[in-house]
Amino acid sequence: MNTNEKSGFAKFIDSFGLPRLIITAFLLLLLVACPFVGADLPTQISNIISRFSWNGVLVLAMVPMVHSGCGLNFGLPLGIISGLLGATLSIEFGFTGPISFVMAILISTPFALVLGSGYGWLLNRIKGGEMMIATYVGFSSVSLMCMMWLVLPYKSPNMVWGLAGKGLRTTISLEGYYNQVLAKFLAIKIGNFTFPTGTILFFAALALAMWAFLHTKTGTAMTAVGSNPVFARAAGINVNRIRLLSVIMSTWLAAIGILVYQQGFGFVQLYMAPFYMALPAVSAILIGGASVNKATITNVIIGTILFQGIVTMTPTVMNNMIHMDMSEVIRIIVSNGMILYALTRKTEAAT
Amino acid sequence: MNEEKTPLLKMQGIKKDFFGNQVLTDINLTLHEGEVIGLVGENGAGKSTLMRILFGANMIRETGGYEGEIMINGEKVQFHSPFDAIAAGIGMVHQEFSLIPGFTTTENILLNREPTRKSLVSDIFSERLNTLNRKEMEDRAAAAIELMGVNLDQKMLISDMPVGHKQFTEIARELSKKHLKILILDEPTAVLTEKEADALLSAIRGMAQRGIAVIFITHRLHEILSVCDRVCVMRDGKLVTDVAAKDTDVPQITKWMVGREVSENSKPQAGGEERHASAKTILSVSHLWVDMPGETVRDVTLEVKEGEILGIGGLAGQGKLGIPNGIMGLYQAGGKVMFKGEEIPLNAPRKCLDASFAFVSEDRRGVGLLLDESLEWNIAFPAMQIQNKFLKSYLGGLVKWRDEAAIKEITQKYIDELAIKCTDSRQKARELSGGNQQKVCLAKAFALNPSLLFVSEPTRGIDVVAKVLVLDALKKFNRENHVTIVMVSSELEELRQTCDRIAIVSGGRITGIFSASESAETFGALMLSNVI
Repeated sequence: MNTNEKSGFAKFIDSFGLPRLIITAFLLLLLVACPFVGADLPTQISNIISRFSWNGVLVLAMVPMVHSGCGLNFGLPLGIISGLLGATLSIEFGFTGPISFVMAILISTPFALVLGSGYGWLLNRIKGGEMMIATYVGFSSVSLMCMMWLVLPYKSPNMVWGLAGKGLRTTISLEGYYNQVLAKFLAIKIGNFTFPTGTILFFAALALAMWAFLHTKTGTAMTAVGSNPVFARAAGINVNRIRLLSVIMSTWLAAIGILVYQQGFGFVQLYMAPFYMALPAVSAILIGGASVNKATITNVIIGTILFQGIVTMTPTVMNNMIHMDMSEVIRIIVSNGMILYALTRKTEAAT
Repeated sequence: MNEEKTPLLKMQGIKKDFFGNQVLTDINLTLHEGEVIGLVGENGAGKSTLMRILFGANMIRETGGYEGEIMINGEKVQFHSPFDAIAAGIGMVHQEFSLIPGFTTTENILLNREPTRKSLVSDIFSERLNTLNRKEMEDRAAAAIELMGVNLDQKMLISDMPVGHKQFTEIARELSKKHLKILILDEPTAVLTEKEADALLSAIRGMAQRGIAVIFITHRLHEILSVCDRVCVMRDGKLVTDVAAKDTDVPQITKWMVGREVSENSKPQAGGEERHASAKTILSVSHLWVDMPGETVRDVTLEVKEGEILGIGGLAGQGKLGIPNGIMGLYQAGGKVMFKGEEIPLNAPRKCLDASFAFVSEDRRGVGLLLDESLEWNIAFPAMQIQNKFLKSYLGGLVKWRDEAAIKEITQKYIDELAIKCTDSRQKARELSGGNQQKVCLAKAFALNPSLLFVSEPTRGIDVVAKVLVLDALKKFNRENHVTIVMVSSELEELRQTCDRIAIVSGGRITGIFSASESAETFGALMLSNVI
C-alpha cells in the first residue's frame, strides 16, 4: 500500500480506528435488522441507553489511571468491592429508599479511599507491570471477599440466607431500597421508549467533573506523568503521589459505578460477580478509541454505547434470527479481542 | 613498512551521513600487515562510525549505508553484517563488554565456536547435539591467552573478574579466531589500571609481530606513541593527519584533535572578561559526587559567578553530564550546593526548581519533552506546575484551571522568538526535528524565568544552522535577562564561542577552569590529564 498518498477514506479509517469502525457498522446492522426479525426498535434503543447509563461510571473509572500511566484498571473489582460494602452496610443499617443510595455512596467512600491507597502503593512499587498486577489484585480481592461475605456478621433478614440466618446471599434485591432511584428521576416515557434521565444526569455530572479535573493543574500533572514520568519528575512533580491519587480516584469511581449499576439492575450481586466486571469496562473504553496511555471522556461515552449496544442487541437479534443464544459468545469475542488488540498497539489514541 | 606491497586494508573516499548530517567526509585509510595505527579524535569526530562501517554494523545499513570503497588485500568487499566482517578476518573489541557473566573465561572465548565431539545422539539427530570437547577448548583458549602474554584464570567466571581481565577475555576471543587479520580495539585501556594497560600494550606489539594489523582507538595519547606505527587524527568527520608516530608528540596530537585553525570566527566572545570581573559568586558547589551511570562525578568543587556563562567541557564518560543532573536531583548525589548564600538540598528536584533553577537535559526525548503532547503543554508545563503560571484560580484558589489562552500566547511567543518550525502551537513535540525539539526544551526553561539555567549538550545531534540559533538564543537570554548559565558540552569549540569561563572535567573531577580565550591546546591537555 502506498502510505504517502492515502485516500480520504483510508485517512478516516486511520483516525477513527478500524475496529471501532467495524463495531459501529455491526451495531448499525443489528439496529437495521431489528424490525425484520420481529424485535421492537424503541425497546431495543431504550435498552441500550439504560445499559449505557448503568455502565458509564464504571468505564469512566478507567480514565484517571490511564492518564497517570498506570494503564487500564484491571483491578476494578477492588473498587467494586468497596461499593458492595457500602451497599450492604447501608441496607444493614436500615436505610431505605433514596437515602439508602446516598448512604451507600457515603459508606463506600472510606473503603474506596483505604483500599485505593493500598492498591496505589502497590502499583507504585511495580512500575511497568501495572496491568498484570492489577488483574491479580482484582481477582484475589474478589476471592477474599467471597469468604468475608459469609463470615461478616450481617443480620438484616433481607440479605442473609434464610435458613442459616447468617452469611449474605449471592443476590440481594434492592426493592424498597434504591432500585431505580436515579433511573426513575425525571424519566421520560414515550410508548415503549424510556429515557433514564436521572442516571444519565448522574453520569454526566461525574464525567463533567472528570473533564474539569483534567483541566486543572493537578489534572494536567496527571496527564504529564502518564505521558513521560521522567519529564514530570524533572518539572518537580511527585510522580508517585500523582499516581496514587489516580488509583484512588479510579477505585472510588468504581465503587460509585457499581452502585449506579445496581440501582439500574435492581440487585446487589456478591461473591464472584465482581470477578468479570473489569473486562467489559476495559474493552468498552478501548472500543471507544482509548489506548493504554490516552483516554478522553468522548472515548468513554462512545465506547460504552458501542459495547453495551452490541451486548444488548445481539441476544435479541441473533436469537430471533438463528434461534440459538450467541450473545455470550459474541460478547466474549468482542471484549477480549478488543483488549488483545489494544494491548498490542501502544500508539496514540483516537479522539 | 613496505609500501609497494598491496595494503591489507584500504578504505577509500568513505562518506557517511545520518539523515543529512554529514559525519564522515572523504576518509582514506590504509593498513598493512602487522601495522598498528592509533586512531584519535574528540568525541563525535567520527571514529566509532568509521569503525562501524568497517565492521559491517547493522546500524550503518539501516541508516542508509555509506559511500566509498573498502578493499581487503586489494579486493573490494561489501559487508552486509558483522558476520561477513568476521569471516573476512576482522575482529573488534567494543567499549562495552559482550561477555556472558555466568560462563568461564574459556567458554566465553570460544562461545559458539567450540570444538565438538560427535556422539551417537548427534549422528542420529543433528550436529547441534555434538558434545563439547573440553580439553581442546582449554588448549585453544590457552593459546589465545598466550598470544596476549598475560595471565588469565581460564576457569574463572566472568562475573568474578576484575574489569581488566574482562577486557583481556574479549581480546582473547578475537585472537582465538583463526583467520584474524585486523583487530579493532575501541578504547580498550579505558577501564584498565596502568599495569594492565602496559600488559595490553605489549600484547598489541606481540600481535603485530605475528602479522596482525591493529587499529587502536584511545584517548590516552602516550599509549598511542608507545605502541603505534602511525597516528591518524580525526576531527569533525575528516581525517586531518596521518603521520608516523615517531615524528610527533602529545602536544602536537592534542592540537590536531581540538585545535581547528584558530581563525577569526572561532575567537572567544569579546568583552567577556571585564563584563564579569566584579561579579559575585551566585552558586558554589563543594565536594559534589553524583552516581550517574557512565558519567560518575567524584569530587567537584566549583563556583559560578553571577551573570556569566560557565562552560563545562570534557570527554564523554568523564562526569561532566553528571554535574547538572546531580545538582538538579535527577541522580543520587552528595556534597554541598549553596545558591545565593542558601543551601540547596540535593536529590530533591522540586527544591532546585523552587530556588529558580532550570535545566535543559541532554536527554531531549527521555527527560526533556512530552513527546505525545502539544508544544503548548511542553513549553508551559513546568512553569505551570512550579510557579502557578498560566492558571486561573477559582473558589479561592481551590480550583486551579488551565488558562489555555495564556498558554497559547506564551507558546506562540517562543515559536516566533526561537523560530521553531512547526505547523502550529498544538503540534505534537514528537513530530518536530531534533533542532526544533531542542528549541522547545529551551523555551520550556525560558518560560520558567530562572535565575540559574543549566544547559546540557544543547547542540547534540542538531544541524549547524539550528546550532547557531540555539547558542545565540542562550547568549541573548543571558545578556537580556541577566540569567546565569552553566552550559555542559562535549564540543570545546562551541564552549569557547559561547562561554566566559570554561571548566574541564576529567575523571569525575575539575582539572582546571580557564577563561574561554585560553588556547584550545590547554583545554585539550586538561581533558586528557585525568582520564580514567
